[in-house]
Amino acid sequence: MTPSPSDPSRRLAGQVRRYSHGSRVPDWDRAADLQKAPAVIPDLATTRVSDELREAIEQYMSRYPDRRSAALPALMLAQKVHGWCSPLAIEQVAAVMRLTPGYLSSVATFYDMFETEPKGEHTVYVCTNISCALRGGDAIYEAMVEAAGDDPRMNVRTFECLGACDIAPMASVNGEYVGPLDEADCRQIVDELTSGRPVLEHKRLRDRPSAIDLPMGDGLPTAGRDISNRITASGNDVAGPKDM
Amino acid sequence: MSTLLFYDEIDKPGLASLSTYHDIGGYSMLRKALDMEPQAIIEQLLASNVRGRGGAGFAMGRKASFLPKGDMDKYLVCNADESEPGTFKDRELMQKNPHLLIEGMAIASYAIGASRAYIFIRGEYMHQADVLDAAIAEAREAGFLGDRVMGSDYSLELWVHRGAGAYICGEETALLDALEGKRGNPRLKPPFPAIEGLYQGPTLINNVETLMNVPHILRMGGEKFAEIGTSGSTGTKVVCVSGCVRRPGNYEVELGTPTRDIIYGLAGGPPEGRKIKCWFPGGSSAPVLPGTDEYMDLPFDFESIAEAGSMLGSAAIIIVDDSVPIVDVALKTAKFYRHESCGKCTPCREGTNWTVKMLERIENGQATPMDLDIMASVCDQILGNCLCVLGDAMAMPISSMIKHFREEFEEHIEMARERNGLGAAIPVMNRDERGPDRSAEYSAVGH
Ligand SMILES: Cc1cc2nc3c(=O)[nH]c(=O)nc-3n(C[C@H](O)[C@H](O)[C@H](O)COP(=O)(O)O)c2cc1C
Ligand code: SF4
Ligand code: FES
Repeated sequence: MTPSPSDPSRRLAGQVRRYSHGSRVPDWDRAADLQKAPAVIPDLATTRVSDELREAIEQYMSRYPDRRSAALPALMLAQKVHGWCSPLAIEQVAAVMRLTPGYLSSVATFYDMFETEPKGEHTVYVCTNISCALRGGDAIYEAMVEAAGDDPRMNVRTFECLGACDIAPMASVNGEYVGPLDEADCRQIVDELTSGRPVLEHKRLRDRPSAIDLPMGDGLPTAGRDISNRITASGNDVAGPKDM
Repeated sequence: MSTLLFYDEIDKPGLASLSTYHDIGGYSMLRKALDMEPQAIIEQLLASNVRGRGGAGFAMGRKASFLPKGDMDKYLVCNADESEPGTFKDRELMQKNPHLLIEGMAIASYAIGASRAYIFIRGEYMHQADVLDAAIAEAREAGFLGDRVMGSDYSLELWVHRGAGAYICGEETALLDALEGKRGNPRLKPPFPAIEGLYQGPTLINNVETLMNVPHILRMGGEKFAEIGTSGSTGTKVVCVSGCVRRPGNYEVELGTPTRDIIYGLAGGPPEGRKIKCWFPGGSSAPVLPGTDEYMDLPFDFESIAEAGSMLGSAAIIIVDDSVPIVDVALKTAKFYRHESCGKCTPCREGTNWTVKMLERIENGQATPMDLDIMASVCDQILGNCLCVLGDAMAMPISSMIKHFREEFEEHIEMARERNGLGAAIPVMNRDERGPDRSAEYSAVGH
């Protein structure tokens, strides 16, 4: 039984996401299959990779003295095609870059922007780090989760400081920075995303003048400034992909 | 009237395009540099005494002079990872004035003899990376990059490399691993990157803002540049002010400007009716300082902030006002470092995790004031015992919060215990009788 967020036992468990067997590590209790040969570098001749993806990856590989340097951009390209770093996506990159899938998986699990599980196509990173939290970032995250509901197209997650604390509380919506957000904006973001319109055009960071030209604000949002880390279920609050 | 190097024209329409940048004299310093001896450029950097803007504040000229001379493959890497909580200056600088960075990098590459340069930008900065990509293409087209730069014998390839979301990749050696296509784990130093860096070649790594100073240093001359700011902290600094202030944003000031002028003057201070409880002078890795007059009067420069017990870091001022419990600030900070620890060294990996657990115990009303001493000792065990300073970057602010706000932590512990019906950790009658060394009593009370 999954405890509800308010259940004290959940808080005591350190708010760490766990598998049903109680560990943070998947399949820790299963012995490795020693019969199985380790995955080798897939053969490009027998791996289906679109020409477009292959050429784009090769283009990146040519920028570095060592082709392995293209791992991050290549995985990002494959993630864009497949929606996440699926086994197929990894295999395709491995074939083009002549690396093992195991190597690429180890890279993909380190970085926060690689999705290692299938996710909705619209990615919303809500910043809940300190400067945003001081201006209501945690409440924005909750409002965003509520606005997204159970729409499978939405991938809403908390994120560490996105480098835009001047527009706190803020979010990165499919890569576009918007803020300062209020709770009503969350509904609008979801509506605009799902209907394919540009998102929150009047609050885009890219159009903002430097601070000295802006009027003095008068304060902070009054609600939702509780930064006591009530957020529990988000991907970012796990001890971290970098630990594994 | 204070000098502005970056923000005087930052919102000039079209500044990000080559034609506008060229019209205001852009790339003339690259021209000048190509006619100089590389060593003469390094002399100018040394004379300017410009210190790194990325965090550690190491003199750029000295670092550049550490690179061996000779014909081996050398590299210049621009650190545009900018993930230190509270920092957002490089983002605005790169987006609005990308050619100044490219020109600075071309000059620095020529000075150290690098034929390849990379900008490692955090993956989340998609728009800024696109702007840079476009600017580099324009510059290459116009002959400021690529084969035979501006008709000289010098050739330079410059590329943008996008990260994928990991704070640790801002650490210079982890950044090099990420650039080599690996997991971003810091390397053991020495060898320092200046000797053995990217692909084992000598590598100069500098922050965006540091490199953007280079064309200005050539234009003014190192000695003239050194007249801006203070003798130990030369030049201007883009300060990122965020948190509980009326107008958060980037403000460029001369180093040594009184802190009060930045926080109250430029950023408007805390909202009506609130006082500053504490502030981080240089991103969340810097120890906090109280908001009292004594600290507001500090000149904002490397030395003064260090003397006051903190560090200038990336010059990201985060303001926390008196309505926010310090325990919440500590927990938020500690959780960030727990999440971002790369897991390579035990004190950092375990220490960040246990600090979070102990702070959560305080929140949940299960702690006693003795936990504060345990927490301080965990922080002590991290300091200086790790491969990189990410561990220290959690230990320092948390220790400073316990140091400056111990009373509030203790009250919070008692309050949370009472809320959870667990009873007082210290009997009320004893509270006023505690001597200066409290730890013995805490252990006697037990829990
Ligand atoms: C955990 C950690 C994160 C860092 N993040 C950054 C960063 O995001 N940007 C940056 O310029 N320097 C960062 N640094 C500092 C770099 O390691 C390095 O000192 C700096 O890039 C050198 O450039 P500078 O001398 O121009 O400041 C970080 C250091 C550590 C230990
Ligand atoms: S101090 Fe932390 S982040 Fe740095 S190398 Fe060690 S474990 Fe990794
Ligand atoms: S804390 Fe949210 S963008 Fe920096």
